[in-house]
Amino acid sequence: MTSEEIYTKLEPIIKTYLPEDVSANEINRKSDLTRELNINSAHLVDIILDIEDLFNIEFKNEDMEQLRNVNDAILLIQQKTS
Amino acid sequence: MDYQYIIDQLPYSEPFLFVDEVLSVSEEHISGTYIFKKDLFFYEGHFKDNPVTPGVILTECMAQIGLVCFGIYLLKDDISSEKINFALSSTEIDFLLPVFPEEKVKVVSEKIYYRFNKLKCKVKMLNAKDETIAKGTISGMIVNRD
Repeated sequence: MTSEEIYTKLEPIIKTYLPEDVSANEINRKSDLTRELNINSAHLVDIILDIEDLFNIEFKNEDMEQLRNVNDAILLIQQKTS
Repeated sequence: MDYQYIIDQLPYSEPFLFVDEVLSVSEEHISGTYIFKKDLFFYEGHFKDNPVTPGVILTECMAQIGLVCFGIYLLKDDISSEKINFALSSTEIDFLLPVFPEEKVKVVSEKIYYRFNKLKCKVKMLNAKDETIAKGTISGMIVNRD
């Protein structure tokens, strides 16, 4: 899957867990999920679980440590689906 | 694991401890009980001359047994539980019956998932007649106490 295809699928998942005061326009590939998009740690887990279901992959604790922004998520998904 | 050990590890004390005993626990579920004694602090004001246990306190009791006691058990092999704390992240509970002073309740919680330090459970509270008082889902994060 190209990173563009992954991004298209990923964006709606992130949107679901955005706080009300953060606009969906602020989502881009460099957005830091917790610091910039203000997604709390509990919702970050929800995002990961939704990604696992959608792409049929499994994340490990080490993967979470690498996950900061949208690009990190795309890279992890690419590694795991290839 | 000794059930009393779980209660000893809880980060609560009177007047905000709402667990008397753990009845059973496994990787998938936990159950425990609590008696709402008539001299508990909130009955004086909830309501005036008509003591009924507040829904937030029922939720707290469900979370202390169904999530925090459960989390202590699930964490047993990990880091020392003295260094951890629990943060409630979401609750969705339906309340079906009132709880009056001196009632004994039983809380039963089933794991939905425990991943990346987040524990999400389906939790139910029952009265002495085994009728459902409240039910719903509760989730929380296990966080380091720095």
